[in-house]
Amino acid sequence: MRWMWIDTIVAYEPDRRLVAIKNVSLAEEHLHEHFAADGALPAQPVMPASLMIEGMAQTAGILAGSVRRFREKVVLAKIQKAEITADVVPGQSIRYDARIERVDPMGAGTSGTIERLDHRTGAWEKIGETEIMFSHVDQNMSGLAFPEHNFVFSDSFRNVLRASGLGHLMD
Amino acid sequence: MAIPRAEIETKVSEVLESALGADAEDIVPTAILTEDLGAESIDFLDIQFQLEKKFSTPEKPFKIEQGELFPENMMSNPDFVKEGKFTDAGMKVLREKMPHVDLAVFEGDRNVKGIAKLFTVKSLCDFIEIKLKK
Repeated sequence: MRWMWIDTIVAYEPDRRLVAIKNVSLAEEHLHEHFAADGALPAQPVMPASLMIEGMAQTAGILAGSVRRFREKVVLAKIQKAEITADVVPGQSIRYDARIERVDPMGAGTSGTIERLDHRTGAWEKIGETEIMFSHVDQNMSGLAFPEHNFVFSDSFRNVLRASGLGHLMD
Repeated sequence: MAIPRAEIETKVSEVLESALGADAEDIVPTAILTEDLGAESIDFLDIQFQLEKKFSTPEKPFKIEQGELFPENMMSNPDFVKEGKFTDAGMKVLREKMPHVDLAVFEGDRNVKGIAKLFTVKSLCDFIEIKLKK
């Protein structure tokens, strides 16, 4: 399986904001374990909140990476805040709206809102907020050396950017 | 208009509670950010960003440049650090760039491993006070 928790990017404002969509589907194997039927309790598939945080981290991470044209290795360093107040179930879509708060040679601070779309009503509803920090690992204070190759922005990320019409950001 | 010291201390304390999850009663002037309040390397960037937000006003943004609050890019410079200790040139730069830290105790040791201990709650408050006066 590919560790991609966003499907497409629908909005991009350079150095400021990036919005991604994730469609939640019953074809995703993990939903059948989260939560499987248990005795008298029927199965209750819901998108794990931890993976929504990952989805936002990928959205905000691409945004942070785009500021320096993906030359930095941008890694998730700290989740200052992650509040998710409602479940997302198969058939619904998630929108991750990430904004840059501050960028420094050492890293970036981001904030984000998470929304869900119920296709029956067509209405987006805010269900969460995040504050996530990223480190530019090559600039970190511990002085550790990392490989030259940018292992963070792999082919999977590049494919999403290309398919979303943002391939030029990687040139 | 200058911000009173008590207000600086309150705001710094709020930032440390938020960034480090520290308890208010542990945030005393002598508390060392790493040893006493549990700060790790990424927390220093978090603290920097949060201080900027806290002390910025619409009229006057408060921006902390890289290496202004905490020493950066010094450790790998052989002119400033040799065999794990700050050289005379390195100490001179520290004195010039870091008037908010008390280097008196550090002069004798100069071991780079000890540098993190210089950053206390008081040093953050001093940094803000000095910077706001500029």
